[in-house]
Amino acid sequence: MASIQLKNIVKKYGKGKTELQVIHGVNADIADREFIVIVGPSGCGKSTLLRMVAGLEEISGGEIWIGDRVVNNLEPAERDIAMVFQNYALYPHMSVFDNMAYGLKIKKMPIAEIKQRVDKAAGILELGHLLDRKPRQLSGGQRQRVAMGRAIVRQPQVFLFDEPLSNLDAKLRAQTRLEIQKLHRELGITSLFVTHDQVEAMTLAQRMMVMNAGVMEQFGTPEEVYHRPASVFVASFIGSPPMNLLKNPPGGRAGLIMGVRPEHLDMGSTGWEVRVETTELLGAERLIYGRVNGEQIIIRSEENVAVPAPDSTIYVAPREDRVHWFNADTGKRI
Amino acid sequence: MIERHPILDFISHAVLILGVVIVFFPIYVTFIGSTQTAEQIMSSNPISLLPGNNIVESYRFALFGGKTEAGATVAPALPMMGISLVSALIIAIGKIAISLLSAFAIVYFRFPFKNLVFWMIFVTLMLPVEVRIGPTYEVVSDLRMLNSMSGLTIPLIASATATFLFRQFFMTVPDELVEAARVDGAGPMRFFKDVLLPLSKTSMAALFVIQFIYGWNQYLWPLLVTTDESMYPIVMGIKRLIFGEVYIEWNVVMATAILAMLPPAIVVMLMQKWFVKGLVDTEK
Repeated sequence: MASIQLKNIVKKYGKGKTELQVIHGVNADIADREFIVIVGPSGCGKSTLLRMVAGLEEISGGEIWIGDRVVNNLEPAERDIAMVFQNYALYPHMSVFDNMAYGLKIKKMPIAEIKQRVDKAAGILELGHLLDRKPRQLSGGQRQRVAMGRAIVRQPQVFLFDEPLSNLDAKLRAQTRLEIQKLHRELGITSLFVTHDQVEAMTLAQRMMVMNAGVMEQFGTPEEVYHRPASVFVASFIGSPPMNLLKNPPGGRAGLIMGVRPEHLDMGSTGWEVRVETTELLGAERLIYGRVNGEQIIIRSEENVAVPAPDSTIYVAPREDRVHWFNADTGKRI
Repeated sequence: MIERHPILDFISHAVLILGVVIVFFPIYVTFIGSTQTAEQIMSSNPISLLPGNNIVESYRFALFGGKTEAGATVAPALPMMGISLVSALIIAIGKIAISLLSAFAIVYFRFPFKNLVFWMIFVTLMLPVEVRIGPTYEVVSDLRMLNSMSGLTIPLIASATATFLFRQFFMTVPDELVEAARVDGAGPMRFFKDVLLPLSKTSMAALFVIQFIYGWNQYLWPLLVTTDESMYPIVMGIKRLIFGEVYIEWNVVMATAILAMLPPAIVVMLMQKWFVKGLVDTEK
């Protein structure tokens, strides 16, 4: 078990004129046993950050601490980590057992202990009957579990997950999400989990790191990120449908952006005048798309409320305590 | 495209049978020749297509040599086949080993002038032994490797084709596999041995078949570097049987030719499954 500290982490590619900086000084303190999700759109540097922790990418600047060691110059195998890859990266010619045992064999662990560890991990992941199979004989979900098993048997200080669920179908993904939560409860190993899916981030994270363009925009619990987004980017990235961000709302001020979530707008007989454009039914709720002062706005209502006709006018009022203000120039929360 | 139509069926069969006949007929004539006596072959024109009864004698002469009734001396084929077998094996295995290692270096390591090295290897594709035969002979003779197994094989081992083939294969191995091995603590050679080699098995088998036949069929190069009869490979042996002697024992020549054809045929038959797999398989 170990804590992780990221101290002013920088990643640059190339040299001189072609130099490209992709991560701009990330700082984070991760406690022992914490489950951290790194989330952001593609190309934001989240996988690069994870791969630097793993030791698969060189660190251009700053320090990474795992436990009480600076690991900057250690090989991946010396960092006491285990990683689950997006495509699982199972060795195609080895059986499930050998896939899980390979790292332990290299460590020259006695066969009896290897067998015991693999059997235990296979028990947890319900892979016991598949140990003799080759990866190509397994389904996607089973392969994913083998990849997790390979990480578990190492009994590492840190688990690193690089979008491990993105190749599963929606149903299996939800199920595996629960299994990962359960596993983390049982094993209590510090985990870093990279995803671009905000639902995964919100449900799995104890704390989440929201990244954009190589910058960590916010680092906090899912509640904090949802209720007090630190920037316009976080506000628009987390939450579905996204938060309404209005430059020119009724009662707004110049130089400020007002943010209000679709679920925090109440329909009534007074308030903002909204010209309805279209509506969408999502089962238990209905989304109403409209315009206020020329800006697009989304309102979420119960499905049993009367449907406003297109081009009609409705009135909505934002809940005062749920309105966010951002600086229009810096995008930061005020 | 699969179509079933009587006329199409007939035509395709006709084409295939014609092909088989064209390929097989010379081999048949060779075999029939080897079952007859030298007199039978010389006296009948064209050669009779029915088997004779001299098969045991012909092959005994071919394999073990000796003096024929006509007084000609026949050199035994068995030692020559041994030379051919050993040199073909050294060439095939040596080529695979060296190409695997050089492709591994080119794909997985960063070193100065890496691209230059790759292109130099690649350029040698344009320079087969026949083109550089003068300088290569010079080098081999200066190193005193004439009339030796090393002289027969080493100049033929360096192979751009095989290096290129393995390079292409290694480049299709997903990066994540390399990374997983690194996280598991496997060093470069361990990764090479435990992951790359097993994955390249089928390509190695395909290459072995091709290179074994290439090595077995060498004629020009052994002709230059061997002057000692004990180092002659079988292909040269056949040529020697029909050259210089006053009276040619055609039945022995035919038997030797059949014998020379056998080992490559056996290799192809035994490794057929792997060979096809190696050329078409994309399982990774």
